Parts: sequence; C-alpha cells; structure tokens
Amino acid sequence: MGGPVKIDVSNVNFYYGSQRALHDVSMKVREHYVTALIGPSGCGKSTFLRSLNRMNDLIPGARLEGRVNLDGEDIYASSMDVIQLRRRVGMIFQRSNPFPMSIYENAAYGVRVNGLTRDRLKLDEIVERTLRAAALWDEVKDRLSKSAMGLSGGQQQRLCIARALAVQPEVLLMDEPASALDPISTAKIEELIYDLKRNYTIVIVTHNMQQAARVSDESGFFLSGRLVEFSETKRLFTAPTNRETEDYITGRFG
Amino acid sequence: MKAIDRSVVFLCGAATVLILVMLAVILGNITFHGVERLSAEFLTQPPRQGMTAGGIFPAIYGTVLLVLLMSIAAVPFGVIVAIYFAEYAKRESRFYRWTRMAVNNLAGVPSIVFGLFGLGFFVHGIGKALDQGIYDGRLMLGQPSILWAAMTMAVLTLPVVIITVEETMRAVPREYREASLALGATRLQTILRVVLPQSWSGVMTGAILAVSRGAGEVARVLFTGAAYFLPRLPTRANDQFMQLGYHIWVLATQSPDVEATKPILYSTVLVLLALTFLLNVTAMVIRKRMRTWAAR
Repeated sequence: MGGPVKIDVSNVNFYYGSQRALHDVSMKVREHYVTALIGPSGCGKSTFLRSLNRMNDLIPGARLEGRVNLDGEDIYASSMDVIQLRRRVGMIFQRSNPFPMSIYENAAYGVRVNGLTRDRLKLDEIVERTLRAAALWDEVKDRLSKSAMGLSGGQQQRLCIARALAVQPEVLLMDEPASALDPISTAKIEELIYDLKRNYTIVIVTHNMQQAARVSDESGFFLSGRLVEFSETKRLFTAPTNRETEDYITGRFG
Repeated sequence: MKAIDRSVVFLCGAATVLILVMLAVILGNITFHGVERLSAEFLTQPPRQGMTAGGIFPAIYGTVLLVLLMSIAAVPFGVIVAIYFAEYAKRESRFYRWTRMAVNNLAGVPSIVFGLFGLGFFVHGIGKALDQGIYDGRLMLGQPSILWAAMTMAVLTLPVVIITVEETMRAVPREYREASLALGATRLQTILRVVLPQSWSGVMTGAILAVSRGAGEVARVLFTGAAYFLPRLPTRANDQFMQLGYHIWVLATQSPDVEATKPILYSTVLVLLALTFLLNVTAMVIRKRMRTWAAR
C-alpha cells in the first residue's frame, strides 16, 4: 500500500548539547501522503520535523546521529547542499511569519533568492499560480503591492504556504500551521492541505488530534522523544496497538 | 511611611524641574541674545573685520560637510561590523567578547586624545605615507584637512553606530531568519534581504547619534583640519575648513575685540544649536517614516 518512500528516517538520535531529544526514531514518509505527527508538548515531534530540512543546524550545540534519506540520498552527508535541500523541503511555521514586504514580494522571495527566473512576466505568473494554489489569489489579487502585514492571520498563513510553494518544493513540512488560527481559517488550511497532497508530500505536526485524523494518511505518536506508534491514521485512531497511544488519543493521558 | 514616600516623590520632581530650568535658562539666554544679530547676511557671508562683522557661512558649510563625510565613512563601516557581530560572531567566543569590549571602550576615549591620535595616525602616519608613495614627497595629504578630520570623527562615532545597529539586528525575530533560510536563501541573502531592511531604524538611530555628537565636537578637529579663519570654502579633500564649534572657541577666546564679537558669538552658538537640532529632527522623521512603512 501507499506510494514510494520519499523520506526514510532510520535510527535517529538527536541531542541539544547533552540533552537527548530523540531516541532511536525510524519512520518512512510516503510520497503524496500527508503524514501527521502527534504527541504532547516537548515530545520531540517538532525537533523531528525540523531535522528533515536541517533547520536544527541553526541551533548551537545540536547534533544528530542516524540517517535521514530523501529519495535515497543522505541529507546529512557532507556532500549535501543544505540550500538545495531546503529548496526541495519547504517549511511552514506555527506563527505565520510573512516578511514585512508587499504580498507580491513575499510570494516572489524564494524565486528571487534562488535565482530561478529574472523574467518579470514569468515571476508574475509564478506569483499568481502559487497564490491560487494557496487559495489566496481571489482575496489579494487587487492589493499585491500592499504590505503583507495588513492581511488577517489566516491569510498570512496561506501567504506563507504560497511563499513556500513558489520554489516548487517536493516536500512541505508544517509545524502546527493552524494552531494560532480561528476555526474558519483552520478549515481553509485543512482543505488546502488536502488539495496540496496531490502534488506534494506533506509532514504535519499538530496538537489537534481531530485535525490529524481529518487530514492525514499516516500518523506517528511521539512520547518523550520516542516514536511510540506509527501506522495508517485510521488504524492509529481506532485501534491503536500501544497502551500509551490509546491513553493519549482518548484523552486519558497524564 | 507616607511622609517618606511623599518626600521622595518631591525630591525626584524637584530634581527634574531643576534640570528643565537649567536647560530653559541656557536656551532662553542664547536665544534672547542670539536672535538680534541673526540675519540672512549672517548665515550667508564670511566673517569680516577680524571677525567683528560679517557672518559665519564658511563655518556652517564646513560643519555640514564634515558631518556628511564622517557619516559616509562611519555608517557603512559600522553596519558591516554590526553584521559580523550580530550574525556571524559566536556570542560565547572569547574573540567576540574582547572585540565587543574594545568597541565599547573606544567610545569612552576622551576626545582630545582622539584629536591627537588623528593628527598622529591619519595626518602624519597615513597622509605622509601617501605623500611619499603617490606624490613623490610633495605635501598633499600629509597635512590637517577636512578628510582627516572626518576620518578622526568617524572613528569615534563608529562604536555608537555599531552598537545601535547590532542591537536592532538582534531584535529582528528569529522567525524571519528561519522563514528565509527555509526557502533556500543563503545566510548572506537572509541578512541583506530580510534582517538589514528591518534594521534601518537602527542604522538611522546610529547615524543620528553620530551626527549629533559630531556636529558640536571641537577637540577632534582642532589638530586634524579646522582652520582659524578661511575666506574660501573647502573644495578638495585636503583643504582645511572652518567649523562652528571651533569658531565659537575662536570667537570667545581669540578675538581682538571681545565686546564687539559677543553678539556674533551668541548668534553662532544659536546657529550651532539649531543646526544640531535640525539634523536630529530630520533623521528622526526619516526613521519614523521607515517604521510606519514596515508596520503597514
């Protein structure tokens, strides 16, 4: 079942200095799947997510053991170009963080820094296509040159998604993308995730278990830095094999 | 207890009022005496008759030019150092702590020491060396001039620029850096396109502080390029120049007829105050404009 393996994580240990944040985690993320990561705060799911595009490199003293393969290629190998990797593996953050520039410039940012095109018409086209893909075009098409800071929280988050899509990544990592949004905006983001998985592979961290159940194909439950259970979402939520998973998803946790 | 509380409030209030009264007396006195000599002629003419008549235009011109040259040297250099401190240097490293301390101490060096340093280092050191190397020993750059005065000023205002720019760069939220890097931007692209544009208010603040400190400074230009009297405006980098602060000192102590110079002295002080104030306000307006754009 499922598509080919896009990201293959095997026996990963992660340390912040001497503190161990991930214990021997292995997981296969399948292409065109939405893979949800759930678990209580501080369980390591965000650390895990951020190790998939080497965002943790920015933290002094952080260290990873084990292998993370993207299409069979070790992303922690010394030959790996981190800039290229991050272009292929995009990221959406918990707090929407559009740059204090115009909406257009936000959407075009990745294209510009990666030097993908210098042609203005082509750039216009990419901006429109990605804003459409992020279901934002109709709301902003008349004010592309206005600052992105004037958008609502939900619109800002969709702009961040558009910004990430513009560089044509293969994988999208989402770190609780809807946790700061109202229910209507959340529903829009979830719909969007559903649409996006046709073209992208998505890994999403969420605190909201209903959300994980609604949007994902496979789910992993993290606890104290360990991947306790990983399976098809339907199975994980209806018939978990692990006692701790069951306690957590039924709310008996802690 | 209540009585102590009340007397503390009274004491603090009184101290504040005292400061304000002193400021008001100074400003009031200078304005009162300075206004009568102020005229279009005063602002546009050079001094005449042993500085007992005429205006102070060369000094105004020299001061503005000096501050401008100083900013051109200090701001870009300061921003580059600030980028290194805020973005590249490891905060825990000994090198960072030592260089940072050195920059802070640079700001504390008395300005007369800086003036002498400028004379020794820029004029007699670099200037003379350039004359030997480029001009076959002819005296070109190895003399006090507006160039070396501006450089000397720049060295002293650098710490202010560096520290304010570094602070604002550090204040740019980590989320912006992460968002940029996650899109495949390099570190340098992130700094130039995301961090620095959000730090313009800091760059402007640094420039304001540098300019307002520089405009009234005397000791540093005394040895390095300011002239007692020059009927001609400086046109080349190695020209000497007149400067308001220095001119005030000249008027106050070197005048052949102190009584005749007094009204001119008052007006010159008033002009210097107004100029500094104007430069500050201009910079503040620019800074505010940039802020409202960023928040829009």
